[in-house]
Amino acid sequence: MAIDSSASLPLSWPRRHPGKLVLLAALALLLIFGAPKSPVFAALYEWSPALAVGFGQNILISLLAIAIGSLLGLLIGALAVSPLWITRLPARIWVQVFRNAPWLVLIYFTTYVFPFELHIGKSWIAFPDWVKVTIGLALPASANVAEIFRGAIGSIPSTQWEASRSLAFTRGQIFRSIILPQCFKRMLPPWMNLYAVITMGTALASLVGVHDLIDTAQIASNTVNLTGFTVLIYFSVLALFFAYCYPISRITQFLERRYAFS
Amino acid sequence: MPSPETRAEQPLISLRDIHLSFGSNRVLRGIDLDVQRGQAVSIIGPSGSGKSTILRCITGLLQPQRGNIRVGETEVHKLKSEAQRIELRKRVGFVFQQYNLFPHLSVLENLVIAPRKVLGRNSAQAEQEARALLAKVRMEHKADAYPGQLSGGQQQRVAIARALAMRPELILFDEVTSALDPETVGEVLTVIRELTEEGMTCVLVTHEMRFAEDISDVVYFTENGLIVEHGSAEQIFQRPVSERTQAFLRHALGDAGRRPAAAGDPYLLSNISRYGLSV
Repeated sequence: MAIDSSASLPLSWPRRHPGKLVLLAALALLLIFGAPKSPVFAALYEWSPALAVGFGQNILISLLAIAIGSLLGLLIGALAVSPLWITRLPARIWVQVFRNAPWLVLIYFTTYVFPFELHIGKSWIAFPDWVKVTIGLALPASANVAEIFRGAIGSIPSTQWEASRSLAFTRGQIFRSIILPQCFKRMLPPWMNLYAVITMGTALASLVGVHDLIDTAQIASNTVNLTGFTVLIYFSVLALFFAYCYPISRITQFLERRYAFS
Repeated sequence: MPSPETRAEQPLISLRDIHLSFGSNRVLRGIDLDVQRGQAVSIIGPSGSGKSTILRCITGLLQPQRGNIRVGETEVHKLKSEAQRIELRKRVGFVFQQYNLFPHLSVLENLVIAPRKVLGRNSAQAEQEARALLAKVRMEHKADAYPGQLSGGQQQRVAIARALAMRPELILFDEVTSALDPETVGEVLTVIRELTEEGMTCVLVTHEMRFAEDISDVVYFTENGLIVEHGSAEQIFQRPVSERTQAFLRHALGDAGRRPAAAGDPYLLSNISRYGLSV
């Protein structure tokens, strides 16, 4: 990384960004000292636990969706690179369908197609809306992960295959020992990018009645019924999503730069 | 079990009338080639004459459309399944022009992975052998480095050690010095020379004419998918019969390749008519 001049001259974060730090401190002071006097800030303070719970719901949905999507996506991606067309074809159809469908349509689809409770054995198990939304987001996530996976495998030079074959590895051994370990490193940046996009997609959950951050913000806005508060609370929602997704995107950029040379 | 005498007469590798084409491009058009055990055999010839393809046929990476290939007791052209070809590749080492080390593994792991996973050797033993092989190619000080941290010549020596770690009966070298700068070519050639002196059967595709002349027992000259001429190194390089071989060697050894001494002012475009100028 000799060509990266900022890496060769390490500065701690506060010294590199004095302006941002001052701005942040000013904002904190304004919130702490300005808040109690204004009814708008008082209402925000009052509603902040509910907002936190709502955002927790968003994060839970996003984490579950990326987990399910990744497992499913790796499976479908593996099928998509299989030499047998009988497994390749369904995988390709899955990827094309779910990559090209609007997420909101998929969320409505899973919400209204699945029953609201499941009959397993003798007991009825509730099938809550937020789980349906999670599945609705996991479907496009799986298609995207599959495509990331297929791209990563394709990006490994064919000479690696040739070299491993000349060393008498079987196809399975080449995949497990040579190709996959190199793939995961290449997959990490786009995969994290996908996670950030899915987190932003969880905002759609409010449309089917999940009590997430947006839904809570709407309720708060209607209850308090102050124009200033409505503006402020949607700014807070924006800030919360940004505060969560921005570091992910920065880490992704860092990883992309780090892996660009190897 | 054949007696030692008859085995010595029977070549380790023999290719008979090998034909191979990629689509309509006929790369090999009837290759006959024999390699005795313990010999160093070089294949020389212009680019695109099918030299590398011959090596890939020997180890079963490519399957010719016609002809017989025998390596030891194995009839390569009759192998039907990948599993059978894998058995063949355990006995045949291959070193590539672009080294093709595994970039996610350290030098030592590059050497150990195939003996462990393919031959089922235990880790400690495989690692001990790998360190001995690294010492042999003078790379023991880089055992824990990653391929990306090594120079081309160092990577190529590791690649040779990786092929040796499988304890092959023979090694195929595919233009192993073509991607190296002139200074590091020597260190790789020294390693190959030592191998041939130890009696390892080597088949080299090379553009290093002096080296080929120096170490080879037999030299084959190929052009357009055919063997034009073959014989001892001395015979091919000193007394080539074919006119085509003579012309190739004349160019390859650089007698006619010298550029004429500078004449006149380089800034004066004296032969400007050679360039089609249109305004």
